[in-house]
Amino acid sequence: MPSLLTTVLKRLGWALVVLVGLSMLIFSLMRVIPGDPARLALGPTAPEEVVERYRARMHYNDPLPMQYYWWLSDVVRGDFGMSTVTRREVARDLAEFLPATLELVIWAGLPPIFFALLLGVLGAMYKNRWPDYLIRFSSYIIIATPTFVWAVLFLLIFGYWLPILPSVGGRLSMGFSVPSITGLMVLDALLAGQPAAAWDAFAHLLLPALALSLGHTMQEARLTRSYMLENEGKDYITMITSQGVPRNVINRKYLLRPSVIPTVSIMGLDIAAIFGNAFLVETIFNWPGMSRYAMSAILGKDVNAVCGVVLVLGVIFITTNLLVDIVVALLDPRMRQSRSK
Amino acid sequence: MRETWRDVLQRSWFRYSESKITVLGLIIVVGFIVLALIGRHVVPYPAHIGSFVDFSNASQPPSLRHLCGTDLIGRDIFSRIVGAFRNTLLMGVIVLCISAPVGFIVGVVAGYHRDTLIDTLLMRITDIFLAIPPLILALAVASVLEPNMTNSMLAITVMWWPWYARLAYGVASSLRTENYIVYAELTGAGMPHIIFREILPNCLSAMLTKMTLDMGYVIIMGATLSYAGLGEQAPHPALGSMISQGVKYMPQQWWFTVFPAVAIIVIVLGFNLFGDGISNMMGTDAN
Repeated sequence: MPSLLTTVLKRLGWALVVLVGLSMLIFSLMRVIPGDPARLALGPTAPEEVVERYRARMHYNDPLPMQYYWWLSDVVRGDFGMSTVTRREVARDLAEFLPATLELVIWAGLPPIFFALLLGVLGAMYKNRWPDYLIRFSSYIIIATPTFVWAVLFLLIFGYWLPILPSVGGRLSMGFSVPSITGLMVLDALLAGQPAAAWDAFAHLLLPALALSLGHTMQEARLTRSYMLENEGKDYITMITSQGVPRNVINRKYLLRPSVIPTVSIMGLDIAAIFGNAFLVETIFNWPGMSRYAMSAILGKDVNAVCGVVLVLGVIFITTNLLVDIVVALLDPRMRQSRSK
Repeated sequence: MRETWRDVLQRSWFRYSESKITVLGLIIVVGFIVLALIGRHVVPYPAHIGSFVDFSNASQPPSLRHLCGTDLIGRDIFSRIVGAFRNTLLMGVIVLCISAPVGFIVGVVAGYHRDTLIDTLLMRITDIFLAIPPLILALAVASVLEPNMTNSMLAITVMWWPWYARLAYGVASSLRTENYIVYAELTGAGMPHIIFREILPNCLSAMLTKMTLDMGYVIIMGATLSYAGLGEQAPHPALGSMISQGVKYMPQQWWFTVFPAVAIIVIVLGFNLFGDGISNMMGTDAN
């Protein structure tokens, strides 16, 4: 499929452009904040000549475009500079905290797709009968509940009243140790042949991932249902029905596939929202991910750390959407031609 | 015969109330707006909305005197919840009334100049804003600035306008080749005329529907920022910060947390149902 390849290459080019733009945006946001970055980095008690030397070393005296150039040339080599809060390299901090966040977001983002599609299809199949009403009614309530309220609710239920699932305290129970291979603990435990540890890690993941995923799962279910119903009324369905194609074949092959496409493209955008909400959920469940690091970086005006966090998240988001575009192109033959956004 | 306003209203109401549950949404929204406007004067303890202290009544469970109980320093939680409504409403209205026009202008100008440098430039800038997780962008903006109500609104606006830009872009770029726009161009109409007199009326129902549907999400986002401590500061009440402060006293003093949470859920539910009703009424699919 040469056209698919060109589409992907073109999309890849634009992704790079967006990434450069993102870096400019972040860089300028961090340079307009009030306060001298060198002074903030060294603290109020540092002598003036030390601050001056630091400023010269970090190129803070150069004009802004030059500062951006110096900064970018470090960043593309994976060097985000030192964090002024942890006094370590930002890249090292990120490598330490990112996997936990990634694992949480993957579990909150991928498995729910299945449930979203299932609920959406069920709703469309039983339109205006009780399964549909039940799904729609619960989706209204679930969507209206902020993610942090879910997190707090789960903490209350499973932390105090029904302590069957671990609710506070990181990714693993005491006594387990899992070698770090991919950084994703469930997978690592399975790779290392420790099913008990994998189950324990999964149990720790369950509540925060559920809190993160509930809202967008129901949103996607609603979307799937409405696209199913919209396509149901189209001429091609009437035609193949009249030709005697069995109902379950129509549902699976001719109805579900086109209806899934818009839902899948929305999911790419949902990833950003999940990452954002993950910050609060991590704080509530004491999850050792990027949230505490990023929060302390944001509050402490730790320029390098904030740039690192936002850039890494931006790269993840843009890559995810690139993958989503490819999946959509595979599902939908029309999209293989050049699609304008 | 020309349709009178009565007919239009009647038909709109018929389409709005087709699904009964949206009527419930309308009731919630109207009730919420009324309480937001006059609630501060009709609550049982207006003084408790500010910095009031009554330690002899601290941490009372819900009773007839205090419907939702009292907080750590003896303030009536029901009064404080209703007192927080005004800022909750303001948050939604101001954020949407700024981000929708800004997004509209960006999107429509880009869509009208489709496949030119202007289009590329404007829409890539929009993409950049969309590439940052919204809450993180808002957190970064709100923390760089002083944490208060105005700045949290600003932070949410910064992340909200790209969605309207995308919507307007879609409509404008599909209308661009319609005959009436081509004729308007031929008769010498300038860009402002085409954007505001030809394209805007065609965008309006989609934009308004999206605004009503977005109201609930903006309120959630505002509550989230306030939960993180970046919204309205003490002693003024805010639903998000009431929850974050109450969590520490769970589950014994559950009423600190549960009632503000229920308030948020009911308000957002109301706006979501209302938005669905409006979208049925306008016959637009905002998704």
